Amino acid sequence: MNSLKPLDVLHGILSLILATGFATSAVAQDAPEVGPRPPGPPKVRESHIGNITGHSQAAKSDFRRYCAGCHGDLGDANGENAVWLDPKPRDFTIAAFKCRSTPTGTLPTDEDLYNSIARGFANSNMPIWNTFTKQQRADLVAYIKTFSARWETEKPGDSLKIPAEPPVTLDSIAHGKVLFTKLECWKCHGPQGKGDGPSAGTLTDSKDNPIRPYNFAAGKDDSRFKCGNTNQDIYKIFMTGVDGTPMPSFADVIQPNDAWDLVHFLRTLQVNRHSKENEILSAAHGVIPPYVDKNPAPAAAPADNKPPGGGQ
Amino acid sequence: MRQYKVLLALYTLLVCSSLMFAGTVSGKVTYTGTPAHQKPIDMSKEPSCAKQHATPVTTETIVTGANNSLENVVVYVSSGAPDDGQVPAQAVTFEQKGCQYLPHVLAMHVNQELKIVNSDQTSHNIHPLPKSNREWNKSQPPGTPPISEKYDKAEFIPVKCNVHPWMHGQFAVLNTNHFDVSKDGGAFKLPNLPPGKYTITAWHEDYGTQTADITITGNETKDVNFTFKAKAY
Repeated sequence: MNSLKPLDVLHGILSLILATGFATSAVAQDAPEVGPRPPGPPKVRESHIGNITGHSQAAKSDFRRYCAGCHGDLGDANGENAVWLDPKPRDFTIAAFKCRSTPTGTLPTDEDLYNSIARGFANSNMPIWNTFTKQQRADLVAYIKTFSARWETEKPGDSLKIPAEPPVTLDSIAHGKVLFTKLECWKCHGPQGKGDGPSAGTLTDSKDNPIRPYNFAAGKDDSRFKCGNTNQDIYKIFMTGVDGTPMPSFADVIQPNDAWDLVHFLRTLQVNRHSKENEILSAAHGVIPPYVDKNPAPAAAPADNKPPGGGQ
Repeated sequence: MRQYKVLLALYTLLVCSSLMFAGTVSGKVTYTGTPAHQKPIDMSKEPSCAKQHATPVTTETIVTGANNSLENVVVYVSSGAPDDGQVPAQAVTFEQKGCQYLPHVLAMHVNQELKIVNSDQTSHNIHPLPKSNREWNKSQPPGTPPISEKYDKAEFIPVKCNVHPWMHGQFAVLNTNHFDVSKDGGAFKLPNLPPGKYTITAWHEDYGTQTADITITGNETKDVNFTFKAKAY
């Protein structure tokens, strides 16, 4: 009675094989314990978004499931998909981030990172991760902060103070156009904002990968900027700069009111997008009048700074 | 009163002796082989800069002089210097002129003020690309005030302007005040070195680094020369 039936033996062997199989596959899910993993125990970080506290430990499986494919297990932008992507995924070990409310060269706020995850990045392979709960996103923000020691030694910069937006007028659009010319935005973005300025073809990001300037004219009502889509976001983008790319910060060279005028002009470069700026412009038959400075400054811009073929 | 006089005398002796025994390291940087040809820069896209140069300027990755001398080599005391923590009060200046960086290689102490000036009639963006310091990128239109920055970690940092892709420079952020950048004739000089053992390092942006160990025993001038092998291309 106690002798083993052949079927039982087979069953035993099969379960053994299955069990080992599962065991190995479970091990394979983990990141390989090789490579430039920093010595010491894994770092634990927190994030604070409103009244939500994110915990890095809680995001480990989400990061591996949804992020590591591109950003890499080590957060170094060497995920298996990275070679196929353009622009390249963010390298979290450098801790330089594109979309910040903080000055160029400083760490972003937790909220900046939180918004970036939900927003996704236009014209890139980073999707809109609005499927995550708020808690999941906050945990991922904390997890992203484990990849660089900068989060230990530095604090995020002070968020840019954005004054209330003045009303859009033909005058503010006209002044914005003057600034677009004077600040030489067109050198990269082109006189019509089509991303075809004289320096456009030579641009590389901080890792020497070719990169294109933003084409304002592309798209219709669905057109998005990398770091948000409100007028406030546009203000933030050129004031703080897009770190890791050729787009510099203009915070030291544009006055807040001038910055709003530039925002209003930039909206008119999105020729196929409905906006109050475009409504005002089309009411003026699409012609931006020459700007008349009410408080003229003595220094005149030299002729060499005019874009070839003029503005729009 | 007498005690003070003795103290004063001792102090004077101390100061004098430290001044008396201050060695100098000086020498020349040269190359062997054939350095890569430096290409002329086409600045026609930036007329305000192009007209500042009667003859087209070339890239400055390798700048050589008479008798195989090599310029733009940062020579510094990489170990043994006694005053590592003293940050000079005066700023170093990095000028953008004629769509070139003056100087092409700028050496400074960690945390020393770095002033960046735009003397051109065009906008530049200053985009240093550090690995261990913070990376920032700022626009500087003509007529705007100098940008004031500093770096808190020792590092060699390539600098570029994204608007004018030919513009390349180097920041050498060092943990010592004993540094020099080889100039015309490849000459350099590191004065005021008290007696001691030092490692002198020479760094070139394309040819890499070389080191020499020396000992300063008193009031002497030590001759140290560096020879870099030119890369094939």
